[in-house]
Amino acid sequence: MFFKVVWHSLLSRKYAVLLSLISVTISTFVLLGVEHIRHEAKASFSKTVSGVDLIAGARTGQLNLLLYTVFHMGNATNNIAWASFLDLAADPKVAWAIPISLGDSHRGYRVTGTTQDYFKHFRFGQDAALQFRAGRPFEQLFDVVIGADVAAKLGYRLNDEIILAHGLGQTSFSLHDDNAFRVVGILQPTGTPVDQALYISLQGMEAIHLNWRDGVKLPGRRMTAQMLEELDLTPKSITALMVGLKSKVTIFAVQRQINNYSGEPLTAILPGIALAELWQMMGVMENTLRLISVLVLFSSLLGLSTMLLSSLRERRREIAVMRAIGAHPFFVFWIIQAEALLITVTGIMAAVVALVVSILFAQKYLTENYGVFIDSFVLSSEMVHVLGIILAGALMLGLIPALSAYRMSLHHSLAAGS
Amino acid sequence: MPLDAVKIKDLHFSYPGKTPTYQLTIPEWRVVKGDRIFLKGASGSGKSTLLNLLSGILVATHGVIEILGQDLCMLSARQRDRFRAAHIGIVFQQFNLVPYLSVYDNIRLAAYFGRKKQTGLDLIVKRLFTVLDLDDTLIARQAAGLSVGQQQRVAIARALVNAPEILIVDEPTSALDNDLRDAFMKILLDICSIHQSTLIFVSHDAALTHYFHTIVNLSEISQT
Repeated sequence: MFFKVVWHSLLSRKYAVLLSLISVTISTFVLLGVEHIRHEAKASFSKTVSGVDLIAGARTGQLNLLLYTVFHMGNATNNIAWASFLDLAADPKVAWAIPISLGDSHRGYRVTGTTQDYFKHFRFGQDAALQFRAGRPFEQLFDVVIGADVAAKLGYRLNDEIILAHGLGQTSFSLHDDNAFRVVGILQPTGTPVDQALYISLQGMEAIHLNWRDGVKLPGRRMTAQMLEELDLTPKSITALMVGLKSKVTIFAVQRQINNYSGEPLTAILPGIALAELWQMMGVMENTLRLISVLVLFSSLLGLSTMLLSSLRERRREIAVMRAIGAHPFFVFWIIQAEALLITVTGIMAAVVALVVSILFAQKYLTENYGVFIDSFVLSSEMVHVLGIILAGALMLGLIPALSAYRMSLHHSLAAGS
Repeated sequence: MPLDAVKIKDLHFSYPGKTPTYQLTIPEWRVVKGDRIFLKGASGSGKSTLLNLLSGILVATHGVIEILGQDLCMLSARQRDRFRAAHIGIVFQQFNLVPYLSVYDNIRLAAYFGRKKQTGLDLIVKRLFTVLDLDDTLIARQAAGLSVGQQQRVAIARALVNAPEILIVDEPTSALDNDLRDAFMKILLDICSIHQSTLIFVSHDAALTHYFHTIVNLSEISQT
């Protein structure tokens, strides 16, 4: 009987109820959406690099090293001698070491000089290896492999020829136009900075800089392909290296060993820890988003409470009727609370369904275009916790109209009927 | 079994608050079971307060108010609500029904509060409808869709569904025109005789006094 009264009461105010329901649904959708995407983004971000145990570069801060090696932001302070790289790579605790050489770009996208090991050992996400959408790793001197974004934004296909630029500017005036590179591979999207990079061999990197001194092209010295093949193109220096260890137990020992390297001052970082630190710097942004969505939800629950409160004026008579036929004031109290709760629960369910459906629709697009995988499972225990808080909030704000109704049923008794 | 439906002794009531706006004092008043009382009183004389006290919605500040031998002051708020649901039927001037519920659900709600078994309810409602000259097809209609006259009669059916010993009716005819009023009064009195209910009828319409055995003026029994 109680629920029948609640149900018909809601039906009799269906437009106001519907508006409140929509408002609760939207605000819950926003809150859940922000929470879910935040959660997924964090998970995805912290997996920008995986499978790499240490990243080493010239002595610098942990974040700076992470930024220029992984995120292609900022600049290296110094280089590492090739001899140091060989020395470190030869350590028996080291399973593999990938050299990285930075400093050139192509139309704003950074070029990484590395070895084929990069494609073999680099991991992102849940231990995912880099995959080729088309083509293969670089083999020849002037082969280039490009990230998914680079291919998409610049419209490159296999066998296109591109000119690299010296330095990192969007429009560079010093081009390595002696030798064009040929696109031999295009990577699958990863949702990481890999998508926005171009990869060439260390030898290729060395070759285009042969006739350069201090960042300026020397006039009159053009290298032909034949001349290059006769030269020793072993690099003199690189920018950084990624290291994989045979046993994770030795991570801190090797890190200390690199930090104390006698040949030159170096810094080694654990990418996972550096990523977590970087994410924390974005915490302000994260909290702002969260705060906004919480406020949106609060105002919508307040609107629900206001709707019920203003309905009390027309309810005075029915409350008097219920009291006259023997309803306890708590019956009236719980009717109002049940209405608030029912609207909120329905709104939450609608929001969850809407969120799952929209993620399912967006998932394919996001994965294909941005390499970001958002799980459609939104009801993690954390989310259930959030939903519990929303319900508790609805009950709290429902107290305002429910207590008014309670007091009304105590004081405006039979007289209210006339 | 007590013979009195209502027995009041040294009843005093004032609304809580620092400056009491209104007080009601009744030294003694009795209503014999089965009597039909016409309770007169100018507006503001305390009729509503008395009805609220009789039905146990308000509690006396001090004094005794016994309904069917039960001292209401001895009951908890919840017990008073239950007592009212089971033993007292109430009909207002108007707006007697929960507008968004069907006629049947309105009656069922009263039965629910009166702890009345739902089995056999249909039969009781049907019988009441026949006596009250209400069409059976109204039963499924939403209460808000009924005419005022129909609503008043449904209200009587609702008030009688738990077979209460006492029926309190507060200006039930003021929203009805003369023809309807006479028809309504006839039905009300008939049904009271059938159920042997004690009727307390509150009105300031002197034209209705001829329907009643006992006429009580509130200003005569109360002190202000």
